[in-house]
Amino acid sequence: MSAPSHAPESAEQPEAAAAGVKAPGGRGDADSRSLRQIAWQRLRKDKVAMVSGVIVVLLILAAIFAPLLAKWFGQPPTQFNQDLMEPNSGLPYADPNNTDPAPGEMLPAVDNWGGISGDHLLGLEPKTGRDLFSRIVYGAQISLLVAFLSTLLCVALGTLLGIIAGYKGGWIDTVISRAMDIFLAFPLMLFAIALVGVIPSGFLGLEGNGLRVGVIVFIIGFFNWPYIARIVRGQTLSLREREFVEAARSLGASNRHILFREILPNLITPILVYSTLLIPTNILFEAALSFLGVGINPPTPSWGKMLSEAVDYYATAPYFILFPGLAIFITVLAFNLFGDGLRDAFDPKTSD
Amino acid sequence: MLNYILRRLGAGLLLLAVVTAVTFWIFYVLPKWAGVTPRGMAAMYVGKAPTPEALDATVERLGLDQPVIVQFFDFIRSLVFGDQFQFGRETVECAAPCLGYSFSTNSPVLEQLLARLPITASLAFGAAVIWLIGGVAVGVLSAVKKGSLFDRLAMSTALVGVSLPIYFTGLLALAFVVHGWKILPVPRYEPLTENPGAWFTALLLPWITLAFLHAAQYARQTRAGMLEVLGEDYIRTARAKGLSERKVIFKHALRPALTPILTIFGLDLGLVLGGAILTERVFSLKGVGAYAIEAIIGKDLPVVLGVTLLGAVFIVVCNLIVDLLYPLVDPRVRIAA
Repeated sequence: MSAPSHAPESAEQPEAAAAGVKAPGGRGDADSRSLRQIAWQRLRKDKVAMVSGVIVVLLILAAIFAPLLAKWFGQPPTQFNQDLMEPNSGLPYADPNNTDPAPGEMLPAVDNWGGISGDHLLGLEPKTGRDLFSRIVYGAQISLLVAFLSTLLCVALGTLLGIIAGYKGGWIDTVISRAMDIFLAFPLMLFAIALVGVIPSGFLGLEGNGLRVGVIVFIIGFFNWPYIARIVRGQTLSLREREFVEAARSLGASNRHILFREILPNLITPILVYSTLLIPTNILFEAALSFLGVGINPPTPSWGKMLSEAVDYYATAPYFILFPGLAIFITVLAFNLFGDGLRDAFDPKTSD
Repeated sequence: MLNYILRRLGAGLLLLAVVTAVTFWIFYVLPKWAGVTPRGMAAMYVGKAPTPEALDATVERLGLDQPVIVQFFDFIRSLVFGDQFQFGRETVECAAPCLGYSFSTNSPVLEQLLARLPITASLAFGAAVIWLIGGVAVGVLSAVKKGSLFDRLAMSTALVGVSLPIYFTGLLALAFVVHGWKILPVPRYEPLTENPGAWFTALLLPWITLAFLHAAQYARQTRAGMLEVLGEDYIRTARAKGLSERKVIFKHALRPALTPILTIFGLDLGLVLGGAILTERVFSLKGVGAYAIEAIIGKDLPVVLGVTLLGAVFIVVCNLIVDLLYPLVDPRVRIAA
C-alpha cells in the first residue's frame, strides 16, 4: 500500500485541487499533454488506485446485475430456508438430513461455519436461513444507490452555492461561508433519526423504503454540501481573476454565462475527484442509519441492517458479522483508495 | 483579545440559535407541510395508543393547532423560562432550560438525559484521551520517520481504519476479545464514583474501539500537518542555530501542526458527547444516544428533540472552548486579535 505517498488531507489543502483546473487555451508549454492525459498516465502507474478502481467497477456491476448473480449463485434474497435451521440456536444444522440430537447430546449439531456450501456461497442468515450471498449482493444495490443519489445532491447544492459565493464575494460570500461552518457542525445523525421519526408515510407520494431512501438522500445532501462548496468556492475565487474570465466579461457576457460556461467547465475535474471521496462517507452513513434501525427497512437487504441483526449472534455466529462487515469495508476502502489516487493524479505537486 | 472572545461567543450563540430553529422546523413545521394533522402530531408526541380525548388534550396542551409563529414563541419561552405540564391531576414542573416533557416516562426530558449523561460522558472522554494522544503520537512519529517501515505500516493501518465502521469493528471486538479470548469483560457502565477499577475495565473495549476510528484520522492529519511545518524556513533556522532535533520537533514544529487538530477535536468531542449513538448501540450502553434510538422506536418524540438540542449545545460549547484555547496555542491568533 502506498499510503505515505499520498497528499495531505484534502480539506486542509484547497490548492491541491487546483491541479484539476485545466489551463484554458493551453499555454505554449513544452509538454503538450493535457492535464487530463497526464493524470490518466499517472493513475495507470498507481497500482493501488487501479486495483481499487477495478473493485469499484466490479461492485457497481454486481449491484446492477444482482438479480442475475443471485439467480446463478444463490437464491432470491427474501427466500426463507427455515427447514435448514436449528430453531433453538437459530444456526444451520450441521447435517440437514439428520436433525436429531446425537446420542448423549441435548440439541442437534449445528454448523459452525454458518452453512457455507456450494448452494449458499456465504452461508445462511441465522434464524431465517436466507441466502447470505444474494443478500450481500442485493445490499450493494441499495448502498450504492443511496450513496450516488446523495452525493449527486451534495454536488448540485455545493457547486451552486460554492460558485456563487466565490464569484460574487462580499456579503453573499460571508453568508454562504458562515452557513457552511454551521452546517458542518450539525449533529447530522441525530437530525437524520429525528427526520425519520417525524416524516409520515405518503410524504411526496413516497412510502416504505422509497421514503426512507428519500429522507436519507435529503439529509445527506442538505447537510454535506459544504464539503463540495468549500472546494468549489476556493477554485472560483482564483478562477474569476483569470484572463479568460476577464475577456468574457469585457465582451459583455452575462454573469450566468461566465459562471456556467466559463468557470464551471474548469471545475468539473476537482468536483469529480472530491465526489469520489464523498461517496464512501455517504455509504457509511446509510449503513449506520440502517444499523440503528432508522435506515432501510426489511425485507430489503441492507448491509447495515444485517450487522444490526448480527449483534444477537456475535457469540454464536461471528461469520454473520464478517460478511456484511467486509462488504462495507471493501466498498468504502476501494472508494477511498481510488479517490486518493485520483486526487494525487491530478495534483501538480506530485512528481511524475 | 476581548474582541476575539466576544466574536467567538457571538458565533457560538448564532450556531445555537440556528440549530434550535432547524430543530423546531423539523419537529413542528415539517410534519405540518407533510400533511400531518394536529391530532396526528399529538400521537407522535404521546407515544402509546391514546384515546381521541387524550389526543385532543395533547393538541391543546402543546398548542399544536396554533399558528407556527405562536408555537415557535412557546417553544423558545419554555426553553428559556421553563414550563409546567399537567399530568392527570398532577402538575409537573419543567425547570428552565426545559427541553420538553416525555409522555411515556412522565418526566421532563432533561432529567432523563442528565441521568444518562455520565455513561455517554465516560465513553466520550475516555475515548477522546486515547484517540488524541494515540493519533497525534503516531502522526508525529510517522512524519519524523517519513518513509520508514513504521510510517508505512501506521499510515496503511490509518487508511484501513478510516474505512472501518464501528458497527463492524465493535462487533468483531465483542466476538473475539470478549467472547472468544475472554480478555475483557462484557462492556457495561459502572459508576466511576463507586468502583473506578470496574468502571475502567468495563469501558476499556468501547473506548479503544471508538478511539481507533478517530485516531486513524488524527494520525493522518497530524502527519500531514507536521510534514508541512517541517518544510518551513523557520524550522531550518531552528536546526541551523544548533537546536536538538527533539526541541525542533516538540517545541517548534508540533505546536503549529496541532492547531488544526484542535479544531477537529472540538467538533468530534462535541459530537460524541451529544450521543455516541453507534458505539452505545454496539456495546448496549444506555447512554444519551441510545436513548434517542429507544425514543424514536417508542414514538417518544420530545426525547428525540431534547437529545438533538443537547447535542447541539455540546458542539457549540466544545467549539467555544477550542476557540478560546486557540490564542494560547497559536500566538498568531493573539496578535491578530
